[in-house]
Amino acid sequence: MNITELFAIAPIISITIVSLIVLLVEALVKRSEGLSYWISVVGLVVTAYFAIATLPLIGTAFNRMVTVGGFGSMFATLFSIAALLTIILSKDYLQKEHANFTEFYLLILFSTLGMMLMASAADLIVIFLGLELMSICLYVLAGFLRKKVLANEASLKYFLLGAFATGFLLYGIALLYGASGTTNISFIVQNSSTLSASPFFWIGLGLLLIGFAFKVGAVPFHMWVPDVYQGSPTTVSGFMATGAKAAAFAAFVLIFLHPQSENSEQVKTVLAVISAASMIVGNIIAISQSNIKRMLAYSSIAHAGYMLAGLAAGNQLGKTGILFYLVTYTFMNIGAFGILSLLEREEDKNLTFDDYAGLGFKRPFLAALMAIFMFSLAGIPPFAGFFGKYYVFVAAINANLTWLAILGVLMSVVSVYYYLRLTVLMYFKEGDMQIEGIISKTSLAVLTIAALIIIQLGVYPSSILNIINNLN
Amino acid sequence: MLVDYIPVGIMIVFGVAFGLFMMKASEWFGPKNPNEIKQSIYESGMEPIRSARERMSIKYYMVAMLFIIFDIEVVFMYPWAVNFRQLGMFGLIEMFIFVAILMAGFVYVWKKGALKWD
Repeated sequence: MNITELFAIAPIISITIVSLIVLLVEALVKRSEGLSYWISVVGLVVTAYFAIATLPLIGTAFNRMVTVGGFGSMFATLFSIAALLTIILSKDYLQKEHANFTEFYLLILFSTLGMMLMASAADLIVIFLGLELMSICLYVLAGFLRKKVLANEASLKYFLLGAFATGFLLYGIALLYGASGTTNISFIVQNSSTLSASPFFWIGLGLLLIGFAFKVGAVPFHMWVPDVYQGSPTTVSGFMATGAKAAAFAAFVLIFLHPQSENSEQVKTVLAVISAASMIVGNIIAISQSNIKRMLAYSSIAHAGYMLAGLAAGNQLGKTGILFYLVTYTFMNIGAFGILSLLEREEDKNLTFDDYAGLGFKRPFLAALMAIFMFSLAGIPPFAGFFGKYYVFVAAINANLTWLAILGVLMSVVSVYYYLRLTVLMYFKEGDMQIEGIISKTSLAVLTIAALIIIQLGVYPSSILNIINNLN
Repeated sequence: MLVDYIPVGIMIVFGVAFGLFMMKASEWFGPKNPNEIKQSIYESGMEPIRSARERMSIKYYMVAMLFIIFDIEVVFMYPWAVNFRQLGMFGLIEMFIFVAILMAGFVYVWKKGALKWD
């Protein structure tokens, strides 16, 4: 080990130190919420800076345990930004729910650390470590409003099912180790053609796929998503739908998507079927939801389906598409959940579609932001959501999965119904939403920035595409 | 290659079948004269007073959890101590970082009062 290796994992070290400082501040300082909020914000900005600074590096560090720079750093940047937005939006929300404790910031920071480890893993064990660190923090965060029955249900459900899915993942890793004699990802990928003679390799790969598909909420393993997203604090639902999902997709890409060695026909078919099922189930059930949080949960299942189409394609464009999609999806989904969290009132008020009727007249600016997020989620140009879908579906067509692309486009049309329903209600119907209390300027500013980024990425997608294509 | 596992498979099938058969056989062939004392939970010893499924104080869980965490810490120290000479300065610094991170958690637990019994 030398100093260059330490610099190479600077974002991970930085967020670890920030988390430990917040932990000690909570232990040693009385009424530490305000202080730890600022430490977290500054720490995440510093972490994002280190993540961007390490982007050009290549190679692995610490005896081929973590990859350095490139892919991992891009994701580290994304995770720090997602955590930053979540923390800033959460402050008002937590005060409103009388649950403003330092532990909230602490758990967000630790789960971000887990996500970064997952995205920069070069070894299956590191993926497992990161996944556990992320998941355990999210189990607690799901039940953070502990006096609510729904929050308790969400936490317990997520914990039991999540622990079960982790079991699958670990068995998968064990069997892959049995088949290949190593847990090194690049070795397994390079030798996959010789290893595929062994049945253990296939069983291991299948179990690994189940574990990740659970974490992204793809269809046969999606049952927990709506209940957990509904019961969790609203900003945490946004964080789960973006950060946790992006981390699971990063691990998915690390293992299953290698443009230079095409995926075998079996893996391709399995991924394509999971993708198709997620798109169909997510979009169709979302139509009948009356609670917006549940609607966004089902829509996040559908979005996982779109991204899995890029994974099934398995080519360079698919990889680019997934990464671009994840970046845009992070901003639009945290934005949508953020607006929900601003308008939500105690005892789950203001969460149904009908509550949003007439918002366009009362709060024109908030309604306009919500409309932008909804249009982008629906994939209507010029917003960034359109290009994400476009790249993923083109990748599917290039990989001879035309049926999947057609299905994806059809299902996007279905999704337009429920996204636009909210917009129509906001602008074309009278309503009597009660919004007493002020909405803080900071939250509004953050949401505005998210909306501007979505427009910027939609009008000028090559700004981020250049970065993605230059990753190694 | 799978052929090698056939004996194991036969062993599993035979084991399960034999176990089930013996359980059922004693039920089929054995004489049955139940009475109230035989049906009670403990035939000898104390009278059952109430349900065994009680709510335990959360303190027990806290102590158990903390015990496991610091127990595992010591487990990690053993291989390091055995290889101390080969690892040298690098290992020593690495171990200090590991313990420092754990100590941060320990300070948190302590200050939060998780170690107080009352």
